[in-house]
Amino acid sequence: MSSETITITLDGQSVEVPAGISIMDAAERFGIRIPRLCYHPDLSLAGSCRVCIVEVEGMAHYMASCSVQCWEGMKVRTNSPDIREARRDIVELLLDNHNMDCQACERDGHCELQNLAYSMGVRERLFEGRRKQLEGDSSSVSVIRDPSRCILCGRCVRVCAEIQGVHNLHRHGRGFETVVSPANQEPMDESVCIQCGQCINVCPTAAFLEKSATEQVWAALADPKKHVVVQTAPSIRAAIAEGFGLPPGTPSTEKMVCALRHLGFDAVFDTNFGADLTIVEEAHEFIQRLGGKGPLPLLTSCSPGWISFLEKFYPELIPNASSCRSPMSMTSALTKSYYARQKGIDPDDIYMVAVMPCVAKKYEAARPEHVMENGKPYTDAVLTTRELIWMIKSWGIDYWTLPNIEFWNLPNDEFDSPLGLSSGASDIFGTTGGVMEATLRTAIETLTGEPHGKIDFEMVRGVEGVKEAELEIAGKTIRIAVANGLVNAKSVLDAVLSGEKVFHVIEVMACPGGCIGGGGQPYPPSGYKVLDPELLRLRASALYQIDAEKKLRRSHENPAIRKLYDEFLEKPGSEVAHQLLHTTYRPRTPRGIQL
Amino acid sequence: MAIKPLERFCDLANAARNAAGGGNDGKTIIQVGNATCENAAGSRAVLLEFRKHLEASGRRDIELREVGCTGRCSCEPIVGILTPGRALIKYESVDLEKAHRIFTSHVLDGQPVDDLILDDQPQYRSRHEIYVCGAPRCSEQEETSLFERFRAKLVQRDIPGEEAKVLRANCMGLCDMQGGTVGTHILILPARIVYRARHEADLDRIIDTHIVGGKIVEDLRVQQEPLSQRFFEQYGDQSFFNQQTRLAMRNAGIINPESIDAYLTVDGFAALAKVLNGADPNQVIETMLASKLRGRGGGGYPTGTKWQNCAREQNETKYIICNADEGDPGAFMDRSMLESDPFSVIEGMLIGGYAIGASQGYFYVRAEYPLAIKRLEKAIAQMHERGFLGKDILGSGFNFDVEIRLGAGAFVCGEETALIHSIEGQRGEPRIRPPYPSTSGLFGKPTVINNVETFANVPVVILYGASWFSRLGTPGSGGTKVFALAGKVRHTGLIEVPMGTTLRQIVFEIGGGIEGGKRIKAIQTGGPAGGCLPAKWLDTPVDFDTLAKAGSIMGSGGMIVMDEDDCMVDIARYFLSFSQDESCGKCTPCREGSTRMLEILQRITEGKGVPEDLVKLKRLGNLMKKASLCGLGRAASNPVLSTITHFLDEYEAHIVHKKCPAHKCVALIHYEIDAEACTGCTACARKCPVSCISGERKKPHVIDQSLCIKCGQCFNVCRFDAVKRM
Repeated sequence: MSSETITITLDGQSVEVPAGISIMDAAERFGIRIPRLCYHPDLSLAGSCRVCIVEVEGMAHYMASCSVQCWEGMKVRTNSPDIREARRDIVELLLDNHNMDCQACERDGHCELQNLAYSMGVRERLFEGRRKQLEGDSSSVSVIRDPSRCILCGRCVRVCAEIQGVHNLHRHGRGFETVVSPANQEPMDESVCIQCGQCINVCPTAAFLEKSATEQVWAALADPKKHVVVQTAPSIRAAIAEGFGLPPGTPSTEKMVCALRHLGFDAVFDTNFGADLTIVEEAHEFIQRLGGKGPLPLLTSCSPGWISFLEKFYPELIPNASSCRSPMSMTSALTKSYYARQKGIDPDDIYMVAVMPCVAKKYEAARPEHVMENGKPYTDAVLTTRELIWMIKSWGIDYWTLPNIEFWNLPNDEFDSPLGLSSGASDIFGTTGGVMEATLRTAIETLTGEPHGKIDFEMVRGVEGVKEAELEIAGKTIRIAVANGLVNAKSVLDAVLSGEKVFHVIEVMACPGGCIGGGGQPYPPSGYKVLDPELLRLRASALYQIDAEKKLRRSHENPAIRKLYDEFLEKPGSEVAHQLLHTTYRPRTPRGIQL
Repeated sequence: MAIKPLERFCDLANAARNAAGGGNDGKTIIQVGNATCENAAGSRAVLLEFRKHLEASGRRDIELREVGCTGRCSCEPIVGILTPGRALIKYESVDLEKAHRIFTSHVLDGQPVDDLILDDQPQYRSRHEIYVCGAPRCSEQEETSLFERFRAKLVQRDIPGEEAKVLRANCMGLCDMQGGTVGTHILILPARIVYRARHEADLDRIIDTHIVGGKIVEDLRVQQEPLSQRFFEQYGDQSFFNQQTRLAMRNAGIINPESIDAYLTVDGFAALAKVLNGADPNQVIETMLASKLRGRGGGGYPTGTKWQNCAREQNETKYIICNADEGDPGAFMDRSMLESDPFSVIEGMLIGGYAIGASQGYFYVRAEYPLAIKRLEKAIAQMHERGFLGKDILGSGFNFDVEIRLGAGAFVCGEETALIHSIEGQRGEPRIRPPYPSTSGLFGKPTVINNVETFANVPVVILYGASWFSRLGTPGSGGTKVFALAGKVRHTGLIEVPMGTTLRQIVFEIGGGIEGGKRIKAIQTGGPAGGCLPAKWLDTPVDFDTLAKAGSIMGSGGMIVMDEDDCMVDIARYFLSFSQDESCGKCTPCREGSTRMLEILQRITEGKGVPEDLVKLKRLGNLMKKASLCGLGRAASNPVLSTITHFLDEYEAHIVHKKCPAHKCVALIHYEIDAEACTGCTACARKCPVSCISGERKKPHVIDQSLCIKCGQCFNVCRFDAVKRM
């Protein structure tokens, strides 16, 4: 945008605005938030919902304020009886072809269409008629598609293509019969969907949802024969409070642990423990590869959406991926081996629940690579942050008063041993750059042999899509890259493949901002938009705060980890470590595409 | 010094003329139509029949010529016989047996077969056919019509019809070609003489000297060949064609569309050669601007301005696209032009490409037009062979190539941004504008998109000049417009008239009026997105602005005439159902609004309408019009809004009185048998598919209304008008 300004007349007031600004943005500068639906600042302009229309003098048609740039002398009216009626009618038309089971809808209260219908004043239905009859698709283990709720704003189509570079979703059919689905209307589980769940996040209604595991978890909790264990990912504690009306960025570890105990879990473990373990194993792997054993750059492997993307679109880089299981799968594997042995419980009697910010974790848990020798999964159920919030509400737990009520005589608000203690390095796993920073904290010490190395690596912090840096470690120049959002990962990988850039290690998180922006995180609280950089920044700051407040900042210093190696795993990269903590990948190129 | 493009062209054109045998002189020519509709009507078999006869006859002086579409849909297959010294005679609905008669009697013996002649009008076969220009502009300069006076004089002189016949023609394109001198032009065929008459005395001289004396009146003679002379001479279909002015379709039905030689013999590529011979691209654009040629695809955007905008863009790669994704129901202008004269369309595109600086063109043709595609492919191949396409065209240094892309049949792909998406391999959906294609179009490059008819006009503008072309139309819009005339007129087909011709002229003078002597009720223009104009607006001159003002649109040229048997509510419902079905689904007002409007209209035609429905229709119609993303949505409600405006009484009849005045809406009619008129013949009872008619022989019959399915078979079968449709 140039620094030049132009003068427009906005609702009768002559105002100066920067040249090239859209009508919508210009109005926002003067306190008018034009209603909108298909518009999203991070996505390309569609101009298709027509909710943001305004009157422009001299134009025969209303103009979509999101996509029309102001011109010198433009006279805009953002409100008039005609415009208000038109907007109202457009929203009603959307409602008229929408599955109106609002009270039964998971998105009730977080629905943009509902909010719009209220603010546009759709109090009666003038044009009601037939509704599209479209079948839902619940073939995927992670993401449910419900076209009966779809209002065809196309945000999912655009997020899938423009933020994630997957291009799985498209509009099919035409007119009233239009439906958003994978190519050729294939079922989601046969499509190239990487199950990141960003379509769920950007959907204004509930046309995409995670496949809920709450019923199975309730059943396990009610089963006296089951030893039900839960683990929570690093980023849950930074976001869960939003679900209970607390301000974004409020760290909420204690309340969360307390609530889980209320729900009746037999043990509350921390995925962070697995994260510390991942760092130890991955740093070991990295150092091995630096020494010539294995290909570089090393690609991190914590994000299942990213791993799916790698297997589908960059199979040639599979050897570069770290063989480490994700922190979730490590924690589950250890729960059903190390912990089971310690407690003397049959691993088959353990029901392992993982609370994740991510819907792709449901897919990861179901992958055949993550099963015990008897074929049963290490992780039995994956809940998203949203599902856990709902369970807590459903149970009737007063989250605000936790953990001060001692009615139940609950033991404490800390994670259980032996998979509960974690370093600050593991907390920041939940944000983009965190895995890199945690790896560096450990790798530098190992490479240089000097304790108490650098702790804070500002160069990898922040929610930008791609961060690159160069570090001098033990006389070696190490080139690192951090990418979040798969379109950004794509640009880094393409640069690597073309030889344009050389890196030693690349951290990739499928979702914008990393796990804090995951597809299973709470819907944005009022005042924030979906994928709002400010919301992501606040959630990240909660994690950095937790990290900074901990005495233990490096994964390898975690005494519980040391104990685990001493008692069980022997040493990083050992045979038993390989069996429990490492995995394999294989190409899963889209159907019809040969390698 | 290298040979100039113009010289190279002249060599090629001369070679083509020589190859064609030096013209038609002394030859008998049999024209057989070869286009999709003609073929469907059986013209291929007719052609083979003539070929058989021709081979058997062993005659070398007879040429069998395949030509494109002549536009007389209802009378196909059409065969024209052109014998030396005579105007063309055309035969309609020719089959194998008729072909045999025509060949033996007319071709071999010189005796026309009167009972087979087109429109049953053998009287037109006069020794002298005198066409008097009747274009409004010229007649204004005369106090009383020269046409009438000429006719009166022939009667006074007792000159019989077989000797001379005066016909009124529309603009022959002669005006101003010699500097704007006043006078009415008169073309006499088959002598091919054009006179300019200024006074009554001139008429006397033409009659005395030419008609009676058989000599040419040299001082009244105009030397230029009128553009349409070829046309009058070779169409032989005066009742339909003499009111037309064919520019875009100048060669349709006259030349063999699969032969570049045929095209070269009718000044084909002369305009291209003229341009390539060193014309400044800006000069070409200036010419287009001055011609007032406006986009014929429906938008009516000035072609010159479009070209200028694109030419101004600084970009090495530019594209030019021909939009041949014709989709209006009942429209086949583009198809006919591509099938009948593909070269002129490509020539127009080449000139456009030269003007804007593009070297790649795309034809976006719907896949349902296989013959048009085949002919385009043939034309492109022949043009490559002769050096009219490819590198260094005619030695001018200009490179240009053409690719054909097939559309999959989505109506919305006629919208330019959706069309671009489709060529790019994306979903055919419009996008927001700006940026306009002239800035960022195909593959992000500056792009011009013109319709088939627009391109077909370009060579004419270049050859005959901008001022001539612009004078042919109205002050705001130059040239002619092709319409697909359909509905309740006697002569349906493709017609081309100067902008500003009134609806009345089109319907009554070209279309031959309403069939069966019924009253005209409305004219629907502009395809499914157009509006319905009531009969009282018949004197509206047709051009972009007047039609828009009247609440309809020009569109790509659909024109459907409706009579008192047509229900306007049902018509509105039909057109909206088309747009609703073709909505791409991207924007809310079009996708949802069209569906809701259609539901309401359906309700009304079923007799379930309520008075509020009219308010809702208007509200949704206006919403679609003002808030939709693209032209399809914005115009889709036109048929509904315009019929509510002009035929409110019909809506009210349906809603309030539950009656369909045209007896069209099945739910609102029933059949009764008039006991007094019924003879008890039992024909209706025997025909009734649900056996709901009972009665004894020779006694009045009765319909059981509870069983009747209202198929109307009893109504059709009754010979005594006893079955009444109420």
